[in-house]
Amino acid sequence: MEPAYKLSRRKFLEAAVLATAAAGTSVACGRTGSPWRFFTVDEARTLAAACDQIIPADDAPGAAWAGVVNFMDRQLCGPYRRLQDSYRYGVAGLNKSSRLLYGGDFALLPATKQIELLTFMEKGKAPREAWQKISSSEFFGMLADHTMQGFYGDPRHGGNRDRASWKMVGLAYPMIRGRFKYDLTKG
Amino acid sequence: MALKHVNAVVIGAGAGGGIVAKELATAGLSVVLLERGKWQTAFDCRKDDLRNQRTWVLGNAFGPDEDRNPRVFVDLEGRERVVTPSDNSYNNNAACVGGGTFSYGAMAWRFMEQDFRMRSTYGSVEGSTLDDWPVSYQDLEPYYEKAEWEIGVSGDDSNNIFRAPRRRPLPMPPLPPNREYQILKPAALRLGLHPFDLQMLRNTVPYNGRGPCMRCRWCVGFACEVDAKNGTHNTVIPKALATGNCELRTESVVKEILVDSRGRAKAVAYFDANNRLQEQTADLVVVSCSANESARLLLNSKSRLFPAGLGNRYDWVGRNLQGHGYCGSIGLFDFETFDDAGPGPGIAICDFNHGNKGFISGGLLTNEFIRLPYQFSKMAAPGVPHWGAAHKQYVRQYYPRHMVIMGPVQELPVFDARIQVDPKVKDYWGIPVGRLSGYRHPNDMIVAKFLSQKAAAWLKEAGATTTFNFLPWKGLSGGQHQAGTCRMGDDPRTSVVDKYCRVHDVDNLYVIDGSVHVTNGGFNPVLTIMAIAYHASEHLVNSWRGTHVA
Repeated sequence: MEPAYKLSRRKFLEAAVLATAAAGTSVACGRTGSPWRFFTVDEARTLAAACDQIIPADDAPGAAWAGVVNFMDRQLCGPYRRLQDSYRYGVAGLNKSSRLLYGGDFALLPATKQIELLTFMEKGKAPREAWQKISSSEFFGMLADHTMQGFYGDPRHGGNRDRASWKMVGLAYPMIRGRFKYDLTKG
Repeated sequence: MALKHVNAVVIGAGAGGGIVAKELATAGLSVVLLERGKWQTAFDCRKDDLRNQRTWVLGNAFGPDEDRNPRVFVDLEGRERVVTPSDNSYNNNAACVGGGTFSYGAMAWRFMEQDFRMRSTYGSVEGSTLDDWPVSYQDLEPYYEKAEWEIGVSGDDSNNIFRAPRRRPLPMPPLPPNREYQILKPAALRLGLHPFDLQMLRNTVPYNGRGPCMRCRWCVGFACEVDAKNGTHNTVIPKALATGNCELRTESVVKEILVDSRGRAKAVAYFDANNRLQEQTADLVVVSCSANESARLLLNSKSRLFPAGLGNRYDWVGRNLQGHGYCGSIGLFDFETFDDAGPGPGIAICDFNHGNKGFISGGLLTNEFIRLPYQFSKMAAPGVPHWGAAHKQYVRQYYPRHMVIMGPVQELPVFDARIQVDPKVKDYWGIPVGRLSGYRHPNDMIVAKFLSQKAAAWLKEAGATTTFNFLPWKGLSGGQHQAGTCRMGDDPRTSVVDKYCRVHDVDNLYVIDGSVHVTNGGFNPVLTIMAIAYHASEHLVNSWRGTHVA
């Protein structure tokens, strides 16, 4: 059992985090100088571009709009804490591959080149020197899976903004009786 | 301060343990029911589609917790690694009051007569310890009935011509058919199959003081928000507590069973909710921790008289681990098949459980629980990219226009598919953890291929434009349907417990859960676990001669 002062301090911190997140300057997960919990501004921009090719916008929103990067950022300070190094290395590898192949950062490439590079990664054929610690296909597999989770999963985890994917597949909301028993906006 | 002596300690408040606790407490015995998990409510899960007992990418919702309960898994190549409960290789079963019954899909199958006589039906099989049970379907029939009425089952299997005879119909009618059911039924009849209304441990009308299923889409893997899904947590365990004879202690992690100088179980050593080591003495000890953890506990209970662990004189504890490899087919349609009426499955067939030509056993087939969008995003048809615009379009088009038919393969027990105690790795409390290793019998994959083809044929007859099949993975099987590790039998040299679930060489120690299954049927095993628990409990109560402590 934790002493009472510790609980109240944690509660206070949670409240503080929520307040700062709302204000756009989160401090959770130990990072400063970025509006994100874990990512740097550049990492988040790179990931938004990559996710948006994994689930692109059409007449329904794409992954970036749906908040998939926010989902990843949040989980990397929670259940996916163990994957922090993989993400840090993988996003750097993605940009390094992009510079080696196309001479520029991934987020600035035209869509066709972005898709081409992601396809290389999926097949494990991205430039070897950018992927010494983990393979590009391993990172891509993880990125694609987490993008699906953030886009198709419950909005409470920070993605699927406005239940965009659920609307897309025709799942009405609220669906049937009993749905308002809990406050689903809390994580 | 020493804990007050009781008549019985039951370890594990799941399908088996909950029933035993209630039966003993009702008969007047004092009972302590130990559960390593918590008593949860639907509020603890809240329909989280990424964190539940079916999809645990963000963690498992019903325990055991990620940080304190590792296991060691040895793969087919002999590589070993430490795994946590949310890793598939962990073969987790929920750890909470109600155990798996708190969050399961609640299919309520009786095994068929042949399922208890597999050796007699199919002969001896190379590479398998296939055997008959020491009890027959007829022995268990009254206890199946008791489970159906006391825990509460709905459905109607009167059109199942393959079922074993039953004396009494089910207490509740089936749910009204959803759209999948309406499409699949005429197709099954055209194929000459024998479809019927799936039985489930689910209220479809008010029963036992609780209301009916509200047909939401978060069923299997989730706690029921309206408490219409029947497990031991909302039936027998409350009854046990209401007798005043049963005390439930949650977050209690059992370390070992202690024996006296004559080799009888005398107490259970466990860590309480504050991680303090306690010793609870009792006249009877009942182990109901499900196949992996029950075997681990017996193996960890070493003493001078039992140097290899309790019940393990002939090295059978932890062996024959089996579960259910699932196989089936996904069908895509050019019309809408989805009407959002949960839980999803409603129509089933037993045409392929037995009597198949050229191989052993079989399994049931039924339509699957509602696939949530993230789950469906993983079901790309062959040729469809796994990401990108085409994948998104696929999800959009086929989420409301697909069906899944699947079923469990009745597995052949393999002596080397097992859980041992790892020599090095220990859990948070310093207790040696389970070490899983082994493989499937090759017959399993033959059955899986056959059943998935039958599932595909059913979907095609129903109008599917495309079908694609899935098979179980090749490695060890022992997940939520885990069974077999403390086999029941008449011969102490080839089994662990007798037909009343009593450990052969310790006359006041019982294992009452799926561990005792000789074979696991081509069916979800929970109703059989419950029937076995009622059967064993009756024997326990009838043979009770009072406490040994003055």
